[in-house]
Amino acid sequence: MMANSSKTSAGFSSPRSDTFPAGLRVLVVDDDVTWLKILEKMLKKCSYEVTTCGLAREALYLLRERKDGFDIVISDVNMPDMDGFKLLEHVGLEMDLPVIMMSVDGETSRVMKGVQHGACDYLLKPIRMKELRNIWQHVLRKKMQEARDVGNNDLDQYDEVWMLGGAELLSGKKRKDFENKDDEKEMSDSRFGDPSSMKKARVFWTVDLHQKFVKAVNQIGFDKVGPKKILDLMGVPWLTRENVASHLQKYRLYLTRLQKEDEAKASFCGIKHQDVSSKETSSSLTLQNPVDVCTDVANDKYGGVSGDKEIAQNGKSNICESKVKGVVSMPAAEPRSVVGDSFDSQTAGSKIGLNDSFRLVNTDVKNAKVPAPYCSTGEAPQPQYKQDFKPHFQSANGSSHQPLPVVSHQIPVDRTQPTCFLNHVPSREESDRYPDTDNKPSYFKNKSEGVGKFSPIQSTANLFQPVSHQQTNFHTLEQIMPSTTWCVTSHNVISHPQSSQGNLTLGSGSIVASLGEDMCGASIQGEFFLASNGLQNIDQFDYNDPQPISGVPTCLYDTLRFDHEYPIDSLEGIVMDQGLFIV
Amino acid sequence: MENQKQRQAAYMRRSLLDQGYLDEQFIHLEELQDDTNPNFVEEVVKLFYTDSARFIRNIELALENGPYDFARLDNLMYQFKGSSSSIGARRVKGQCTQFQEYCNARNIEGCNNTFQGVKQEYATLKTKLETYFQMK
Repeated sequence: MMANSSKTSAGFSSPRSDTFPAGLRVLVVDDDVTWLKILEKMLKKCSYEVTTCGLAREALYLLRERKDGFDIVISDVNMPDMDGFKLLEHVGLEMDLPVIMMSVDGETSRVMKGVQHGACDYLLKPIRMKELRNIWQHVLRKKMQEARDVGNNDLDQYDEVWMLGGAELLSGKKRKDFENKDDEKEMSDSRFGDPSSMKKARVFWTVDLHQKFVKAVNQIGFDKVGPKKILDLMGVPWLTRENVASHLQKYRLYLTRLQKEDEAKASFCGIKHQDVSSKETSSSLTLQNPVDVCTDVANDKYGGVSGDKEIAQNGKSNICESKVKGVVSMPAAEPRSVVGDSFDSQTAGSKIGLNDSFRLVNTDVKNAKVPAPYCSTGEAPQPQYKQDFKPHFQSANGSSHQPLPVVSHQIPVDRTQPTCFLNHVPSREESDRYPDTDNKPSYFKNKSEGVGKFSPIQSTANLFQPVSHQQTNFHTLEQIMPSTTWCVTSHNVISHPQSSQGNLTLGSGSIVASLGEDMCGASIQGEFFLASNGLQNIDQFDYNDPQPISGVPTCLYDTLRFDHEYPIDSLEGIVMDQGLFIV
Repeated sequence: MENQKQRQAAYMRRSLLDQGYLDEQFIHLEELQDDTNPNFVEEVVKLFYTDSARFIRNIELALENGPYDFARLDNLMYQFKGSSSSIGARRVKGQCTQFQEYCNARNIEGCNNTFQGVKQEYATLKTKLETYFQMK
C-alpha cells in the first residue's frame, strides 16, 4: 500500500514501505522521560519509526524542519513550554498531521478540549499496546479526507492544502518537484489507495497556480472578485470555475484568519489592548508594509507597540523603515500579525500557524532588534500585510527603506529579492515562540552562510521568473519591503514560482527549499511556515506587475498579506539566531 | 538455580501486585521487555526514580513555608503522579491522589501528612524493586 515516494523531503527518508502501517513515522512528545522511554519502546514494538522529544517547541522544530517527515504526532497534554493544546493546533494548522493527545487526566472537559482543538484521539495514561497499534488508522483517515477535500468546495479546517501542502502529503509529491508543471493538475495518487475512488480530480494548487490566482484576484480587486472573473484572468484552461470558487473560499478564510491573528498579535505584542481593528481583510489593504509598520511602531506611531520595550527597540530596527505607503493605502497598521503572534498564546488555533512564524520572529526581535514589523503586530491588524509586500523589495533600489529587520542581522538586505519576500509569507514560525535557541532551524544554521543567501538577488532571481521584473517594480514602489529580509529567508523560502505547491513553510533555515533549490517541498525546514508556496509566488508576480500594485490595492494586499506575514517571520527567523523561539 | 531465581522473582512480583504496590502497568512493561533490551524494565524504573526525585524535592520546598501555592503543589503532584503511573506504582499514586485532594481543599496539614505517605511509599517501592531486579 505504501507507495514509496520517489521524492522525499530533502534529506529525509521516506518511511513509506509496502508494509503499512509498519514504518509509520511517529513523533512522540512528552516531558516525562520515563513515559517517553516507554512509549518509544511500545511504538517500536508496533514496527513504527519513532522520534521522541521532550519539549513542544522541539517538536515543532522537528516537524517544520522535516516537512513530511512524520505521519502522526502523539503528545502529552501537559507540557512545560507550551500548552499541549496549542501544540496541537499548530501541528494541525501547519503540518496538517493527525495528533493524538495523551494525559493522565481523563476528565471529560479536558478530553473535549482536546477534540475541539483538533486531536484525532485522546489516550489516557497508562497507555496500552493495542491503543498504539491502531494509531495508523488516524493517518489513513486523514489522508483520505484530504484527498476528498481537495478540489471540493467544502471547507475543512485544515483544508488549506495549497498552504499546507496537504495535497502533497496525500500524494507524496514533494514540493521540490516544482519543475514539473504537471503538478498543477494531477490525480491524486494517494499513498493509501488509488484515486479512482475520488469523485473529482484533485487540483493541486501549486505555487505557480496560486500565484496566478492571487494575481488575478489582485487585478480584479478583492472586493469585486468572483470565481468567473478570476478564472478568466488566470488563463488556465483545465481549471474549472468550481476549482477557483473553492480555492477562493479558502483564500478568504485564510485571510480572515490572518487578520484575526494579526489582531491577536497586536494585542499580544506588548500592546495588549491594542485594538486591532482592522479586521477587514479584504478590503483593508491599507495595511502598511509590515516593515513600515514596524518603523511606525518604533516611532511610537502606533501606540500599542511602544509599550513593549523590545518592540520599540525593534521598531527602530531597520525593518520598520520601509514605509510602504506608496502602494497601498495603508493605514498605519502594521502587519501586526507578525509580531503579535509571537507572544500570542491566544490566537485561535487556526491562526497559529500563521502566527507562529511571526512569533518566532518576535522572539528574535527581541533579541535582535528585530524588525519592527513584528513589533508592530500589536498594532494593526492585518490588512497591512497585504500590501506592503510588494513594493518593498525595491527599496534597495530606490527607496530608503530598509532592509528588513531580519536582514539587519546578518542578512544582507537584498531587497531586490522578490522571492524572498514571497517566501516568507508563510513563515509562521512557531519557533519564534520559543526563546530557546535550541531550536535552531536549519536556516539558522545557515545563518552564517545564510546571510549570504539572502543575498544577492541573483540567487533568488533564479528562483523567480520575473525577477528582473520585480526589481523594476520595486523601484516603483516606494515602500520598502521587508523583503530584503525575506530574501534571506527566502532562500529558504520558497518563492519559486514553479515550486509545486506544498507547504512552503519556511523552515528555519532551510526554507529555501522553495526557491529553486529544493523548494517546495523540500524543505520547509526551518521554522517558517510559508503559508503557501503559491503565495509567495504570487507575491512575486505582484511585484512584477506594477499595475496591480498601484491599481489594485486590495488585491495586492491580500496577497501581500499573506506573504507579508511570512516573510517577515522568515526573515526574523533567520536573523535571529536562536532567539526565535519564544515560549 | 536459574529456575529457583525465576520462581522467586515470579513470587515476588505476584506479591507486589497483590499487595498493591504495583499494578498492571508493571506487567505491561515486563511484556515489552525483549531480547533487544533485556533490562528494559529495570532501566525504566531507574529512570523513573532518577527523574522523579526533582518532584519530591520541589514539593518539599513548596511545603516548607507559607504562603502556600496550592495550585503549584497540585501541578507538581499531578506531574509526579503521571510519572509514577508509568511504572505502575499503585500505592504511590494513591497517596498522590490524596495529596491533590488536600490541595484542592487548601488543607496544608493534610498535604503535609499525605506527602509523608507519598515519600514513604515511594521509598518502599524502590527498595522492593531493587530486590526484585536482583532476583532476575
